[in-house]
Amino acid sequence: MFARAAFLAVLLLAPLAAQADLALSGFLQQNTAFNTRGANPDGRHYKWLEERAQLKLDAGEGAWNLRLKGDLAWDHLGRQDQSELREAYVDYSSGQWDLRVGRQVVTWGLGDLVFVNDVFPKDHEALFAGRPLDYLKRGVDAVKLGAYPEFANVELVVAPHFRASRIPDARRFHLYDPMPAVASRATTMPGQGDWGLRLYRDVAGWDAALYVYRGFQRTPSMRADSMVAPTRISYFYPRLSVYGASLSGRVGEGVLSLEAAAYDSPEDRAGSDFAIPNSQTRLLAGYQFQPVEDLTLGFQYYTEHMQDYSAYRATLPAGFPVDQRWSHTLTARVTQMFLHQTLRLSIYGSWNEGNGDRFLNPELRYSFNDRVWAAVGANVYGGKAAGAFGQLSRDDNLYLQLRYEF
Amino acid sequence: MLKRWLPAMAVLTALLPMSVLAMTGEEVMKKAQAAFLYPGKDFKARVTMKLIAKDGGERVRELVMLRKNFGAPGGEQKYFMVFFKPADVKDMSFMTYKYPAKDDDRWMFIPAVNMVKRIAAQDKRSSFVGSDFTYEDVSGRDIEDDSHAIEREEKVGGRDCYVVKSTPKAGDADFGHKLTWVDKASFLPLREDQFDRKGAAYKLFTADEVAVVKTHPTVIRRTMKNQQTGHRTEAVYANSDYEVGIEDSLFSERFLRQPPRKWLD
Repeated sequence: MFARAAFLAVLLLAPLAAQADLALSGFLQQNTAFNTRGANPDGRHYKWLEERAQLKLDAGEGAWNLRLKGDLAWDHLGRQDQSELREAYVDYSSGQWDLRVGRQVVTWGLGDLVFVNDVFPKDHEALFAGRPLDYLKRGVDAVKLGAYPEFANVELVVAPHFRASRIPDARRFHLYDPMPAVASRATTMPGQGDWGLRLYRDVAGWDAALYVYRGFQRTPSMRADSMVAPTRISYFYPRLSVYGASLSGRVGEGVLSLEAAAYDSPEDRAGSDFAIPNSQTRLLAGYQFQPVEDLTLGFQYYTEHMQDYSAYRATLPAGFPVDQRWSHTLTARVTQMFLHQTLRLSIYGSWNEGNGDRFLNPELRYSFNDRVWAAVGANVYGGKAAGAFGQLSRDDNLYLQLRYEF
Repeated sequence: MLKRWLPAMAVLTALLPMSVLAMTGEEVMKKAQAAFLYPGKDFKARVTMKLIAKDGGERVRELVMLRKNFGAPGGEQKYFMVFFKPADVKDMSFMTYKYPAKDDDRWMFIPAVNMVKRIAAQDKRSSFVGSDFTYEDVSGRDIEDDSHAIEREEKVGGRDCYVVKSTPKAGDADFGHKLTWVDKASFLPLREDQFDRKGAAYKLFTADEVAVVKTHPTVIRRTMKNQQTGHRTEAVYANSDYEVGIEDSLFSERFLRQPPRKWLD
């Protein structure tokens, strides 16, 4: 629906905008991901199988700018409508402030596939199903106000309606389910929106930022009507407030990134409701450098700390997987370019010290010419059955992305 | 090409003081740096780079380059670049704070995830967008990183040049040593022969076309050829202009995310 509306809008606006600066671009894409370790829960062998066309229109006049980006998708996995309006916004830019209204992607923080202050919706399924990087983030329908007074830069994002992250589809991914026998399930979306504020500036050569977010967890929690004889499970998005900071600057030959955030769960300050995520502290340290030409190495250490661990343990029902008070994760990324940067090998690995949760994503991408590129890669998961990656250990896949850009 | 040169030559020859004759290699290279990378308060060009493989296969990189000086020649500069081609890097933008005698600070805007990221890069030998030019070839190398000596004087394309031999003091350069033909009149480098550490011919830079833009002789077409692989890159600096009034505030995250349209032609 959205995509069709967008395409219609493009057609209608094109002549109107004829006098403005106008640019039309887009791509045609094939994207396949097939299982290497067995079938999906739905019996199919593909995580993803589609052709897709994207059309992007940029029009500008004076202080105004319009961006429309829509996808038409032809899916071969029996899904109804993968077409979508990716972005649709209007910018107004003044000397000391600017405004962006509409569907837009907002990304905060410094992590590489680790999210501390990036509280905006993601598409986790896109990552796990071997889709291109552009699909990692989902747009939010929001008003973003930027102000640039002397003391700092200010960015305020207000969304009247909450938008969730997209989690892997249980028909195609083996998701951990503590109550597989319960068939009756329903999801309640938050009835209100959310907002975030970022202040950032240079502090002695370092990029410093402060963040506040008031809204909801982007991924749902689940609650059963009864722990003894459950008949119905409801999914819901608990309230969440985040207070964070980040710092990045050059240290030695590379770039050091530091990020911290306090995750406050206002619906369970005592931490005694196991269905709601415990309040947390999240810390991230990353270092990226280039030891030799065309080779980049990046390392991250990420830790989550549960605030009310004893309350959580005391109320967690028997048989449920136990999270640790401290969770320590290490990630590494190696990127090597070849052939005048037209061939790129990238390997990303993540490993959790506590539960052995692990994820490996090697990818080789080649630009055949200035318009056509292809990437082949793999997603390999491992760890305990309840871990974020461990639950997907039967979902290993090999993927192909082929794109023609115009 | 020669015609474009004549007015500049007349002006510059008249201004040349006699003391120039007794310059050292370092002084020549300092003047070359000032003439090649620092003229004007600011500079703008639309750069098209053709990466040409030995078999003739071509790839095109196109960008707008904006540069502003924050001090005397050899001092701090800021660069701002926005890419148009190829399609997969369209709208990507790039900012460098360049400091004398210290590694640059660099930021990149990645449109795919709408993220501004500080990036680490080896200043000395990293290829600029996959071309035969390194970052140093594009934005300069500290004069103090090499020792310089005038080897001889020689003509290039009919123009009198100093031939300066530069040898890196540390082992972190892309080359073992290099010879630069610096025009005695304009002080532009007209040719540069880079040799690898074994002394074999490595990369060859040629200033293919020079035009006078607002009194500044400017290399508007240049080639860097890797003589060992046969790969070469031709760069055209179209719409080159100086004193265009680039604001200090351009060099910020705000404009990396949303480059002002007035700078994008």
